[in-house]
Amino acid sequence: MNSYIPHSDEDIRSMLSAVGVQSIDELFNDVPEELRLKQDLAIPEGMSEEEVLRLIRKYASMNSLGTSYLGCGSYDRIIPSAVSGIVSLPTFTTAYTPYQPEISQGVLQAIFEFQTMICELTGLDVSNASLYDGHTAASEAAAICFNQRRKSKTLLVSPTVHPFTIQVLKSYFSDMGFSITVLPEKDGMPVFDSLSSYLDSSLAGLLVQSPNIYGLLEDYSGIADTLHEEGALFIISSDPMSLGMVKSQAEWGADIAIGDTQPFGLHQCFGGPTAGYIAAKEKLLRKMPGRISGQTVDIDGNRAFVLTLQAREQHIKRERATSNICSNQALAALTTSVYISLTGWAGIQQAAELSYQKAHYLAEKLTETVGLSPVCSSPFFCEFTVDFSTTERAEKFLSGMKEKGIFAGVHLGAVSPGREGLVAIAVTEKRTREELDLYVEAALEAAHE
Amino acid sequence: MNERLIFEKSRKGRRGYFFPACDIPENEQTQSLPDTYSRCTVPELPEVSEIDTVRHYNQLSRKSFGVDLGFYPLGSCTMKYNPKVNEAAASLEKFTELHPLQDSSTTQGALKLMHELTGYLCEITGMTWGTLQPFAGAQGEYTGMKLFRAYFTQKGEMQRNNLIVPSSSHGTNPASAHLAGFTVIEIPADERGMVNPEYLEPYLNDELAGIMLTNPNTLGLFETDILAAAKKIHDAGGLLYYDGANMNAIMGKVRPGDMGFDVVHLNLHKTFSTPHGSGGPGAGPVLVSERLTPFLPVPDIGFDGKKYNFVWDKPMTMGKVSGFNGNFGILIRAYTYIRVMGSKGLKKASEMAVLNANYLKTRLMSKYELKYPGICKHEFVLSASRIKEETGITAMDIAKGLLDLGIHPPTMYFPLIVPEALMIEPTETETRETLDDFADIMIQLAEQAYHEPELLHAAPITTPVRRVDEVQAARKPVVRWRKESN
Repeated sequence: MNSYIPHSDEDIRSMLSAVGVQSIDELFNDVPEELRLKQDLAIPEGMSEEEVLRLIRKYASMNSLGTSYLGCGSYDRIIPSAVSGIVSLPTFTTAYTPYQPEISQGVLQAIFEFQTMICELTGLDVSNASLYDGHTAASEAAAICFNQRRKSKTLLVSPTVHPFTIQVLKSYFSDMGFSITVLPEKDGMPVFDSLSSYLDSSLAGLLVQSPNIYGLLEDYSGIADTLHEEGALFIISSDPMSLGMVKSQAEWGADIAIGDTQPFGLHQCFGGPTAGYIAAKEKLLRKMPGRISGQTVDIDGNRAFVLTLQAREQHIKRERATSNICSNQALAALTTSVYISLTGWAGIQQAAELSYQKAHYLAEKLTETVGLSPVCSSPFFCEFTVDFSTTERAEKFLSGMKEKGIFAGVHLGAVSPGREGLVAIAVTEKRTREELDLYVEAALEAAHE
Repeated sequence: MNERLIFEKSRKGRRGYFFPACDIPENEQTQSLPDTYSRCTVPELPEVSEIDTVRHYNQLSRKSFGVDLGFYPLGSCTMKYNPKVNEAAASLEKFTELHPLQDSSTTQGALKLMHELTGYLCEITGMTWGTLQPFAGAQGEYTGMKLFRAYFTQKGEMQRNNLIVPSSSHGTNPASAHLAGFTVIEIPADERGMVNPEYLEPYLNDELAGIMLTNPNTLGLFETDILAAAKKIHDAGGLLYYDGANMNAIMGKVRPGDMGFDVVHLNLHKTFSTPHGSGGPGAGPVLVSERLTPFLPVPDIGFDGKKYNFVWDKPMTMGKVSGFNGNFGILIRAYTYIRVMGSKGLKKASEMAVLNANYLKTRLMSKYELKYPGICKHEFVLSASRIKEETGITAMDIAKGLLDLGIHPPTMYFPLIVPEALMIEPTETETRETLDDFADIMIQLAEQAYHEPELLHAAPITTPVRRVDEVQAARKPVVRWRKESN
């Protein structure tokens, strides 16, 4: 019938007879009669591999691509050729979670190395095997904050955090008696003046994001000290590529660093799979969610790795676990490790610098030539926001650009009410000067039509 | 032999990849960032050549084990073959290069695939509609619990806080329920290893939120009283949650929706053949019955007869559970699998999974104990408690013995209600010969326990490392490499 089920009729006959039943149906006799399905599932008949590929290619061809300036948490970046061959090695792809350490040393070591890379990039002490994505990483970080301060009820969130992150936080916590309180915003930046009014024992922590939703870099001087005086924690979410230039989370005094590793070797793939990352200060190790690979020895005294601190986890602690996460995004995390191994720190700095230069070149040209100037209340990294004032004008510009094969930016109003007319434009190291000049040329028409 | 860490292979100045030089003329380049924002610290990242990187990870992959290498009867994980056509489908450029926020007029194929996949999963489970956002089974459970909450809140029954889970349930069930704010009540299995509707009686009141069940349960047994249990829960105003980890047993045979379940999650990385990637990415879509559809996460995927689009306007939604669209790359693989299999193929997969499990169980019953006898579904749980009593050899020792013979051990010490448990799930993709080889080896190991126990105590001896000291790992955690320690 198909190549995934090897049973011949003779196999079936002899195996049924070994079991001591007459028919396959007899194996389902324990299902109450009234529940048994009497008809076939309404799903199309199976097809050959070739036919299915033809169908899927047709679906793929219903999508279209353009020169991409889309960002807001997912970026069109260069992926070194060596990455895909490594991460499709079958013992990486077709393994389950490394429960049996003796035959999983490769995977466990790769996780250990990933944890180290994340610690080094963020400047923090400990990390884990990965979380689902950057947005849910915020929820796991928030849970650490609520856990480490027993009576805390409030997480302060900067208004310039990705709107989807805030939505995920609200769906995780707002029906639980916790408050996700969003600070006021001015000129594309959070207003921290009111921070002091929240400083009491109900405050679990503060979550900020830099580069923020507009692409702007934020200045957190003094924030960590203010929070720590009260015993609250500081969480900073960052695009890991920005860490090639911009102060790390540890340098700002954060207790927890989070983000999404998509920019490091992962295709955008309509949003997933990517990997969420989390790193924290040593004192929070036992409150960390998810799998952690630890170094130990085997009975011969050789270095070995094993999933450790499992007493935090659901399969031991059940309802008292720190998190319910089980499957994570291991292969995506491995992809990031391979990317970082290939590029090294010098490569990350180079890609970050290229993105920075190209984004500023485009911003400059758009200002000079087209009269579209970025909202610039603070320096930006590789993404900037242009104000078209209305949804209509923003959408008209984007659709005009799309006709020329350019995905010119993300209309923030479409994902975040209140931001109508604002278009975020992301430029990565992958864009060439020629493409940037074409953008400007196309924008001249699209913006003034 | 030990593989050095990639950090220990690092040599200053080596590079495995170069980005293009900057093509912006120097006189048009921008100044660097103001000091306030500039990074000062230099991270210790590996500096290795391309070939060294390639070799490093190839060496690591040789010290790992996957379905492509050998039999992997890890109970409750459904380690079936991961078809390669799935990978071909998922690597098409017009899928991999899609940005999650590009205009929906340019993503019609992706949305159509997701819309149809949701429909197929509903048909398989007997539910009405669903969401593909959850990244994994555990997040599906969590989403399901949040749907319970949203439903009760809307009905003004916020006091419904008690959530029943059987003691044999997956650990994620109570963890998810607790994290979603419910009070977890564990009920024991009865002498058959099943949920006994009578045991629900004390909790059938207006504080009951519902129950989370796996059916077939973690013993591999079909919960024959499911209809009676569902009626009691529903009559008391509660809801039923179906943990779809064991769906591979029943496709095309019986459906959770018909059993009375209100919310279902599926593990696409189990039943629907997507590779598990050494711990993820998986996917945990959630399907619901009619009355829970208003609460599904946003955005929904809609179809107006001409065009597919994201639907954000759902006033009663529980919110958002993933940043973008879940693990889209995994969804493509599962969709491909369903189209290859078709309705008859899916049914046959479940039938053969059940046949394989019963055949293997029959072959192993003489040497190991089966605490809960009867026809099993896709998996069964053996106990090594008699062997342990008589020889001192434990389920763990048997598992380690398997490692030396190139087989991934079954799930050990789960479910908790069976002592010295070995939970075996062969899946439908294995041949009779593979099952026979495994049975022969398991019987041989059981005999070895009586005649040469020292060999099993010492196992494994052929693996890259031998038994590891987990206690030291937890007592003095070393969870990262540091330069100074070198």
